[in-house]
This record gives sequence, C-alpha cells and structure tokens, in this order.
Amino acid sequence: MGSTLLILMILLPLVAAGGVVLAPASRSRLVAMLSGVAGLVLAGMLLLVFQWERADAIQHSSSMEWLPKIGLSISLGVDGVSMLLIALTALLGPICVAASTTAITERVKTYYAWLLVLQAAMVGVFAARDLIFFYVCFEFTLIPMFVLINLYGSTNRAKAATRFFLYTFTGSVVALAGLIYVAWHHTQIGGGVAGAEASRWTFDISTLALSARTMSSSEQTLVMFAMLLGFAVKVPLFPFHTWLPLAHTEAPTAGSVLLAGVLLKLGTYGIYRFVLPFTPMAVVEYAPLLATLCIIGVIYGGLICWVQTDVKKLVAYSSVAHLGFCMLGMFSLNQTGISGSVVYMINHGLSTGALFLLIGMIYERYHTRSMRELGGLAAKMPVWATFMVFFAMASVGLPGLNGFVGEFMCLMGTFQASDGWATGSYGVTDASQAIASTPGELGPAFALVAGFGMIIAAIYLLYMVGKVVFGPLVEPGSHAEHGHGGTHAAGHGSVLPADLNTREILTLAPLAILCLVFGLFPSTMLDAIAPTSRAAAEVAQAGRNQLHADLQLRKKARPQAGEEGAIVPASEAKPAEPAAHPTEAKP
Amino acid sequence: MTDRLAFLYPEMALFVATCVVMVMGLSRSAATRRATAFVAGLGVIAAGLLAVFTTPQGPNLSPNAGQLLLPWLPVYAKVVMCCVALPLLLVLGGTVDRAEEAAIAAGKAKYDALRANRAEFYSFFLFSLTGLLLTASADDLIWLFLALELTSLPTYIMVTISSGRNRAREAGVKYFFLGAMGAAIFLYGFALIYGATGTTNLNAIYESFGDKGLSTLGLAGVLLAVVGLGFKIAAVPMHFYTADVYQGAASQVSAMLAFVPKTAGFVALLLILSAVGWRFAPDAQDGVWMVNANAASLPEPIRILLWIMAVLTMTAGNVLAVLQNSVKRMLAYSSIAHSGYMLVGLIAGPGDGSFTQNGLSAVLFYLMSYGVMNVGTFAVLAALERKARSADDEPREIDSIDDLRGLWKSYPMLATVMAVCALSLLGLPPLLGFWGKLPLFTAGIAAGEIPLVIILGVNSAIAAFYYLRLVTVPVLEQPDTQSEPLVLAPFKGRKLAGYLSAAGVIVLSIVGNAVMVKAGEAGMSMVSHARSIEPAKNRAPVRPSQPEAAEPAAETPEAAPDAATEDAKPAHGM
Repeated sequence: MGSTLLILMILLPLVAAGGVVLAPASRSRLVAMLSGVAGLVLAGMLLLVFQWERADAIQHSSSMEWLPKIGLSISLGVDGVSMLLIALTALLGPICVAASTTAITERVKTYYAWLLVLQAAMVGVFAARDLIFFYVCFEFTLIPMFVLINLYGSTNRAKAATRFFLYTFTGSVVALAGLIYVAWHHTQIGGGVAGAEASRWTFDISTLALSARTMSSSEQTLVMFAMLLGFAVKVPLFPFHTWLPLAHTEAPTAGSVLLAGVLLKLGTYGIYRFVLPFTPMAVVEYAPLLATLCIIGVIYGGLICWVQTDVKKLVAYSSVAHLGFCMLGMFSLNQTGISGSVVYMINHGLSTGALFLLIGMIYERYHTRSMRELGGLAAKMPVWATFMVFFAMASVGLPGLNGFVGEFMCLMGTFQASDGWATGSYGVTDASQAIASTPGELGPAFALVAGFGMIIAAIYLLYMVGKVVFGPLVEPGSHAEHGHGGTHAAGHGSVLPADLNTREILTLAPLAILCLVFGLFPSTMLDAIAPTSRAAAEVAQAGRNQLHADLQLRKKARPQAGEEGAIVPASEAKPAEPAAHPTEAKP
Repeated sequence: MTDRLAFLYPEMALFVATCVVMVMGLSRSAATRRATAFVAGLGVIAAGLLAVFTTPQGPNLSPNAGQLLLPWLPVYAKVVMCCVALPLLLVLGGTVDRAEEAAIAAGKAKYDALRANRAEFYSFFLFSLTGLLLTASADDLIWLFLALELTSLPTYIMVTISSGRNRAREAGVKYFFLGAMGAAIFLYGFALIYGATGTTNLNAIYESFGDKGLSTLGLAGVLLAVVGLGFKIAAVPMHFYTADVYQGAASQVSAMLAFVPKTAGFVALLLILSAVGWRFAPDAQDGVWMVNANAASLPEPIRILLWIMAVLTMTAGNVLAVLQNSVKRMLAYSSIAHSGYMLVGLIAGPGDGSFTQNGLSAVLFYLMSYGVMNVGTFAVLAALERKARSADDEPREIDSIDDLRGLWKSYPMLATVMAVCALSLLGLPPLLGFWGKLPLFTAGIAAGEIPLVIILGVNSAIAAFYYLRLVTVPVLEQPDTQSEPLVLAPFKGRKLAGYLSAAGVIVLSIVGNAVMVKAGEAGMSMVSHARSIEPAKNRAPVRPSQPEAAEPAAETPEAAPDAATEDAKPAHGM
C-alpha cells in the first residue's frame, strides 16, 4: 500500500507532464492542477499509513533494478524526515500551479510540463534509498528549474539560471566523488559490518551508512568536505550562497516558492541523510567550523537584508540567514537541535514560500518589487496586508507561530551542546543542574552570537513590513498615471482586483493554517520526528566517542612510534564503539 | 593460419563492400550512384553481424590465434564500431558532389567520372572503418601499426575533399603532416619495444615483460608509443591539430573524426598498455621495472606520463572549449576533454575485474557512449545550413554558436536532439553520458587515484559552462532575424542520424545494462589475473574463470555464469 503510494507520487507528475504536452495549451493548467491535487491526496494517504512510532525506520520500501552492473537500483522508502518533506513538496505543488494562473501566459505547456517534472524529481530525491538514484534526482531538479528561470524569469533571468545551474552542478560533482568513495570503502571492508554482502558494490544508502562509519577519521574528513561542497551550495551555507539571491529574484513566483520551499531543503536533507550518518566523526570534529559558517550566514544574510530595497531580494537573503539557523541546529548534533533543524526545514518552506507568493501578487499588480515605489499598501489591499504581516511574523519567529518553534529549538540545541556543561566551565558544578545539557562542540557562545541573528531578522522584516504595508500609500508612478484608480491592476490584459481574489486567498490560506497549527501545537510535528532525530543524535554521539578514542590512541602512539600525524584506522579504535553504537537502529 | 582468418570476416565484408562502392560510385546512372551509400550501409551491417556471430573470443583461443590480453575485446569493439558507423554514414550523405549532382539533375552538365568524388568518398570511409576493425583484432605491433594507418590515411583525404573551401584543404594538409609525425613517434616506440623484447607479438611481449621486467629500452618504447597514440585520441601534447581540422572539415567529416581515429587510438592504447600490464612494483631495480604480484599499477613512469596527459588533456580541452564561439571548435576541444576523461580509466587499469572497478571496461563503455552522443551534435550541425545569399552562392555551413540561436522556433526536433546530446555529453544524470562517466569515477577511486577523480569532477563542472550554451542558445533564446534564414540541408539522412543518436542516448540510459555487461566482459584481462596466481614459466593460455572464482569478492554471481557460457560456446573457425 505505502510503497505503491510512493511510486505513484513520482509517476503521477511525470504522466501528467506527458498529459500537459499532449493536451491543448488552454487545458495545461487544469491537468497540472489535477495532478497536484491528486499528489496532495496521495501524500495525505501516505501520512496516514506511515507508522510514526517507528519513524526512524525506513518504511514503504520498494526496489527495482535499473543498471545492476554498476549496482544501481531504483529503491524507494521514507523515514520521518523524508515523509514530512514529501508532504511539503506535495502541498506546494498545487499552490504553485494556482499561483501561476495569471503570471504565466506564454509557452504555458512548457511551463507546466517542467513544473510537474520538477515535482517528480523532488519527491524522488526525498524518497530515494539508493545513492545514485538520489543523485540522479538531485541533479535532475536542475533542468526544470533552469528552464523555469530562464524562460519565465525577469530581466536578468539568463544569467541567474546559468549561475544557478553551474554552482549547483559543480558542487554536486565533487559530492559525487565523495559518495562514490564511500561506496568503494564499502567494498573494501569485506564483511566487517553488513555481513557477507559487504564486499559487493552497492549504492544502498542504509548499507553504506553502516559501513561508512568504519572509515578512519581522516577519510571521513575528506569525504565530508566533498559531500558538503555539494550540499552546502544548495543550502546555501555562507561562502557558497552567491547564486541564491539572483536565482530567487529572477525566478517566476512559483519558481521562487519551490526554490525556497523545497530545493534548498535538498541541501539540508542531503546533510541530514548523508553527511551526518556517513561521517559522524568528521562532523563532530569540524562542528565548530561549520557552525561558525552558519552563524556568519545568519548575521551576514541578515545585515544584507537590512539594506535591501528590492522586496524579493530581501526575502531571498533572509533565506540565507534562516537556513543558517537550520544548519546550526543540525550541527549542534543533539536531539533538540536536530529536531529543531527538521522542524525549521518544514516551517521555512511554509512561511518563506508564502512570502514569495505575496510578493508575486504585488509584482503582478504593480510590476515592481522596489520598496521605494511601494508603501502603505494596507490601505488598498487589507487582505494582502493581513497575510503579509502574518507570514512576516511567522518568519521572524513570533511565539505562537511556526517559525518560533524551529528557531528556538535550534538555538536551544546549540546552547546545550557543549562539553563545558559537564566540566563546569559555565559555573555549573553539577552537570545535572544544567537542564538537559548534552556533550557537544558548540555551546552558549555560539547560541549567543546566533541569537543576534534573530534580532536582526526582526529588524529587517518589520522594517520591510512597516514600509510596504503601513505608512503613507505609495504606488509606482506608471500605475497611477494609467488612471486605474485602484479598481484593477495594470498588466497584460489580466483583470486582477486591487486586493486579493478568491484564488489568491485560497493559495495562501492552507499555508497560513499550517503555520498556525504548527505554531500552537508544535508537538504534532516534534513527536513525529522524535525517533528520527534521536537516532541521528545517537549516531553523532557514537561518532564522538569514536573520535575521542581515536584521538587518545593517536596521543599514545605519537611518543612511542614517533610517527607524526599517524592515522589510526577507525577499525583499531573499536573499543569505544560498542557501548553506544546504534548501528542496528536502522534496519 | 585459418584461425587468424576467423577474426577477419567482418573486415572482409567491409572490403567487399568497399570494392562494390568504388565501382558503383562511378556509374553513369544517377540512381546507381545514389545507391552507393545504401550498399556501404549494408556492408557495415554485414560486418557488425559477422562480428557478432563469427569472431572468436574468450579463453579458448590458442595463443597463436589472437591476443589473449583482452580476449573479449574484438567482438565488443567491432560491434560498437559498426553500430556508430551507421549513423555516421547517414550523416556523411551528400558531403561530396553536391553541386555537380544538382547540375546533372537539372540537365546543365554531363556526368564526368573524373570530377566526381562520391566513389572515393564512401570507399575511403569504409577503408577507414576496415582499419578501425582491424585495430580491434590486432595481436601484433606491425598489424597494429598498419591498422592504425589504414584508419587514418583515408581520413586525411576525406577531410580535404569534404568541402570545396580552402580551409578544408588546409585542414587536410595539417592533419596529414601532424598525423605522419604522430605515426612516426609511435612507430619508433613500437620499434624500441621490439628491440627490448625481440618480438612483435603482443602475447609474447606480455610474457617477456613479465619474465625479464621492463627495461629502460622497453620503457622508452612504451612511452613513445603512448605519446604517439596521443595524436589519434587528440590528447595533449598531440592535440594541436584538432580544432583547426574539425573546423576546416565539413561537419559531417568532423563527426567521423571525433569517433573513428579516437576509437582506434584507445583500442591501440588498451592493447599496448595491456601488454605492459597493471602489475609493476613501485620502484625500479637497476633500471628494470619488475612485476610484483601485489601491485596493480602500471610502471611508475608510464603512470606519471598518463596522469599528466590526462590532467592536461581534460583541463586544456575544457578550458579552451569554454572560450570558443564556433560550435565546431567547441566540440573539437570538448572531444579532447573526453579523451582526457577516458585516460583516467587507462590509469586505473583492470582492478579486480568487476565492472565498477575495471577502468578498461569503463573506457570501452565510454567510447560507445561518446560515439552515440557525439554523432547527434554533429548531425544537427550538418543537417542545417544558412540559406545562400544569391543563386550563385553556396549555402553557408553552420559554424558559429549564434547560427543555432532560436533553433527551437523553426526546428524543434533538431533543437531537442542538440539539447539531449549536449546534456548527455555534459554528464547530466540520468542521461547516457553520466553512466559513462560513473564507471570512470568508480574505477579511478578504486585504483586510489583520488586526486585524479577530483580533477575529473571539476572538469565535468567546467564542461557545464559550454555544453549549457548548446542547450540554451538553440532551445531557449530567440531566433536571430538579421542573417539569412536557417534551412534544412537537402539530405534527410543527417536529420535521421540526429534522431537516432538522441534516441540512442535516451534508450541506452534506461537499458544500458546489457551494454555494460558486454563492456565489462570486453575489459576483462584474463592473463593479468592468471599471472598473479600461475607460475611465471607457465606459458599455456590460462582461463579467467579460475582467478575469477578464487575471488569471492567481485561479480561471482554474474561473471562466473558468463564465463561458463563462453566456455561452452564452440569457438568459431578454430
């Protein structure tokens, strides 16, 4: 049942894309919409049949051989995190179709066909249980997105599309080398972990996750940086973020929504799915460095937002800052932080997706995104203004709305994650006094600096809201000259009312409801992912133990043998492993 | 003697077709002349079928019958060559005699056998193909040299007569002189190898290197042979001709140049390097490199040479391709880059023999993929032309990338072919090019060549810069209204070749496993496996099934039955 649903979720958009190509252009949107709604229904059924009490296990698996000679199969399966992300993808699908109704009037067929293909590829990424099938879907998202930006974007679209493609492609090719190294390592350990099958070349993610941990710490470091290069570009982490503002700004509304809502999550998901479980020792070792990059992203992204005059660019840069928080939570490597990070992925998809929709609605009416030309729109568009304030608040992290939960948990996780709590560095003599403190590499200092990011976020978003929504009414000159008098908007013949129409309200309403639900009842999601994040935190803890044992062995070895920087293979560092090793957690 | 002949049935079929084509092309009847291409195609198909059904392969060969280094290579290589040759033949249609034939059809001129080139053109193509097939069945240095020259010599003339322009003549002359230099270098290398081992037989050379080690003389021979063969595959430092020749020749002939000599070069490299073997100790003793049972690497100087060649070839090819505005030059440089990728597979060597770790299989599979996707790009260029300005003018060939602008509007199918083939060449999953590159990645990593694999990855990313232009310019940009309109060249075969190639890319991406199985087999070097187990004195040909079975690690479920069926098959013509 479940596995059929999962397969259908990938096949349905592909079939519908074929339908769009064959059907007359006037019917394209209908076909896409039907497929989107059907996908949503499928996702809903999948959520129901998913067994949340064992969310850390891979469920609804199915497998089909593709190119067995290189060990490739199409294997699908979901755990709690991928289940949620698939649901998010399915939710944003029909919303994007609805949001494109009046925005896309030319080459409609191409548009909806690629939108549907993108949908299938994104579900494929989250459902893949085979490394290469994951990579195929991961890379294949580039083509639809490239076309969507290049054909339907605004002025600078060609440059934006090319930069987006090249950045991501470059990063992921190096990531591929890292991933293949893991697969090769698996063939080398010969029956050590996964039994007799271990020495066969395979790309099965669960199998590789077990054998990858037997890599030595130096191997893990190299593999981690290779993988990170691919995923950090997608996230984007600080030095690799330069493609994002351009791509987001130039993309059509639906493109921006999917970019922010789902495509960025491919990076965070990749880190969750591969970097953490494959190279736990290296992640532990470099967590401070990675967290620093995240924090730079948070602060730097926020500061750039502050000075933006282009509303869309502002929201785009805010994604850099938000994803910085999300990754910070992940690298705190404890259950709170990882849970927070996963919650943040979903919430960011909802609230930022909605912000892009709102900006798209303004752009359709006024053909500008400049804050200089827009102001006080609450007077003319009260409904729009309500939604804008609501989603801006969700994005800022107002308690009671969804953004707060993820952000708070990420900071909380970071705050707790320090060995200092146990050793008394923070003035706490008894470790049990520090509430739920965990061993870790970050600690209060990191949380403190990142906390400033929250303040900056409040400043720039409220500043933008204050300028655009409230204050004296400012409309672009051309708009006033046309003498529409606010009854209907300028545009290519489309008749849009001054305020939002029913379709637009219906696109925003589900997102708003979910923001509220997850804000008021965060436990719905937190309980659901608790098993998953606990398992991830255990993997990290095992990596930490292994690393410490490794370092001690190295210290011992050095004075005796005099081998500078001799690498002690992880297999020799076994003693620390059995105690906490949760290898059997994932069947 | 007869067992040698068994290898040659495909070549004989091609030779017969060549002779028929040579006569038919001179016929006074226009219909007969037009049928030459068809006959040539029949010859290629017959050769492919004969290769499948008659060419002996596998471990039952007697050492006198053929090379035992890669005993499955001839069949796979010949079938791939014939399969790619068919769309090439379609692309080549109408390259020569276009104006003359038009004049004859209009009744303005009479047929003049002296001025017509059709017969030569097709027979030279078949000659070149014969040489290519002979390369794959070579077991001797002299044979190898003659086969390589038979592959190349006709191409020099084909380049020259491919178009009436002076640029084609210049390209032909340049190609000929540099080709002669390349041939001289590798022939010198062959001579030194003979000097070092006293034999020209590849099996015997392998034995000799195994017994006596690789002396300085032999080493110099192999190094020279590798550098000289670098000309055929367009590897740095022997790549200088590529861009000029590809641009000067008509697109149709460039399509052929990108596949035929390159394949010949790689097959020859595979044979020569297999004769050396990936089995040498890391250090020389008294100037002699000895075989080491535990080693899985080429002698260090050869490895370093190939390493440098691979890195320079990939990087130079890709970086220079980014700078080009002419599509033909861009594809020429990209063809250099692809050779660089394949050199990684040669450095990696046969590994443990499983497909994922066998660099030789990876090279063989990549040659096939490159052949299929590359034909498509050139076929699109050949299928189009700019309309002539006046009645006297000739239509202008597509050269600049701007000529392709907005192709989607007028010829959506051709634009799609271009996009599919370019994305596949770029290595975007899940297209064929990616499945070609993946085994190179895995084999490289398995051989411990991690820096090389990283460089390969970075180069794939650089390639995205220019291949992406081949997608955006035809498909996404608006047509250029200034210049003369883009029209179809009046040869349907070229369009058809493009469709075939794009269809091949897509179909093989889905069901490529069958080809991978064959490529995996073709890259299996039984002697090197056996060598590590059998005593050095034992000169009897050894079966690969023993070492394969002795390694429970790889492939046992798949490879063993394969080998068994090969054993059971009666060896043809022996």
